[in-house]
Amino acid sequence: MSGHIVPVRVYIAVFLALLFFTGLTTWVAFVDLGAMNTVVALAIAVTKMLLVVLIFMHLRYSPGLTKVVIVTSIFFLALLMSLTLADVFTRQWTPTPSGWGSPAPTSQNR
Amino acid sequence: MPDAASSSLHGEDAVLAGGHVHSPGLRHHFEDMDQQQEAGSLGMWIFLVTEIMFFGGVFAAYAVYRSLYLPGFEGGSRLLDIRLGATNTAVLIGSSLTMAMAVHSAQTGKKKALVTFLILTMMLGAVFLGIKYVEWSTDWTMGLVPGLHWAPVEEIHGNPPLGSVEMFFSFYFVMTGLHALHMIVGLGIMTVMTILSARGRFSPQYYAPIEVSGLYWHFVDIVWIFLFPLLYLIGGRY
Repeated sequence: MSGHIVPVRVYIAVFLALLFFTGLTTWVAFVDLGAMNTVVALAIAVTKMLLVVLIFMHLRYSPGLTKVVIVTSIFFLALLMSLTLADVFTRQWTPTPSGWGSPAPTSQNR
Repeated sequence: MPDAASSSLHGEDAVLAGGHVHSPGLRHHFEDMDQQQEAGSLGMWIFLVTEIMFFGGVFAAYAVYRSLYLPGFEGGSRLLDIRLGATNTAVLIGSSLTMAMAVHSAQTGKKKALVTFLILTMMLGAVFLGIKYVEWSTDWTMGLVPGLHWAPVEEIHGNPPLGSVEMFFSFYFVMTGLHALHMIVGLGIMTVMTILSARGRFSPQYYAPIEVSGLYWHFVDIVWIFLFPLLYLIGGRY
């Protein structure tokens, strides 16, 4: 009948993996990795998200159309993030054109 | 849904005039139950896409302000209780398991288990909101609520400009507040699903409402999976 029935042991395994990653990410927050702390925290979050989406939300067993919709939404989310941050991170790369007044706005006096 | 149609959703397949067998839960504009189920799930996913973009806007704003006011965001993050945050993450993950088990029970036609797992899911959701309430009360007594009660009583790590810490807590309350609002909506949905399940509205042939409610619940869990590291963990606690 309609819908793939995932075995209970798979759900339990995913649950245990999610708990493990929650413990891991909490532990690693207290370890000094410099700038990598943020990268590791987000990488673990993405891993947990994939477990939930693929198994709990049955995406792995869903038709291609559903997968295309989700990949498209991730693409637009990436556009939103990357273009916004590209603006903010590159504002200091070029001098403020003359006549625009000074000082140029910075993060401190904005 | 019209009551006349839904009342016959469970029970034996009906033989229509044409002589071919239809599941009684099948709407006439679908070919078969598989197509109907897939269309319903796809529709729910499209709604969740709008939710992804909704929360995505807040996450993008968080990324921008975090990059501009990093010391304030790290100092603010350290004022949050990481044990309560981690506990709440585990609670929500547990509720996702019970939700997945509820869908499994619906698929295998175990009505009693379905109702039990839905109630367990709601209980874990309520525990999450309870812990959140404890955290918010503590924030209030510590004077960490921008606009309403902003007078931090504790020393903030690194002594960042207070305004930037206030910005962090503005994001903290907007993000956790929007998430909690989604949890409350989820509890409402689960209440309705529990009542419908207890009335025997679902069967292995027809359980689409349980499936799409589960998609919503798991989505709200995923939002928290990202909020937990962003708000609690990356404050340089080492």
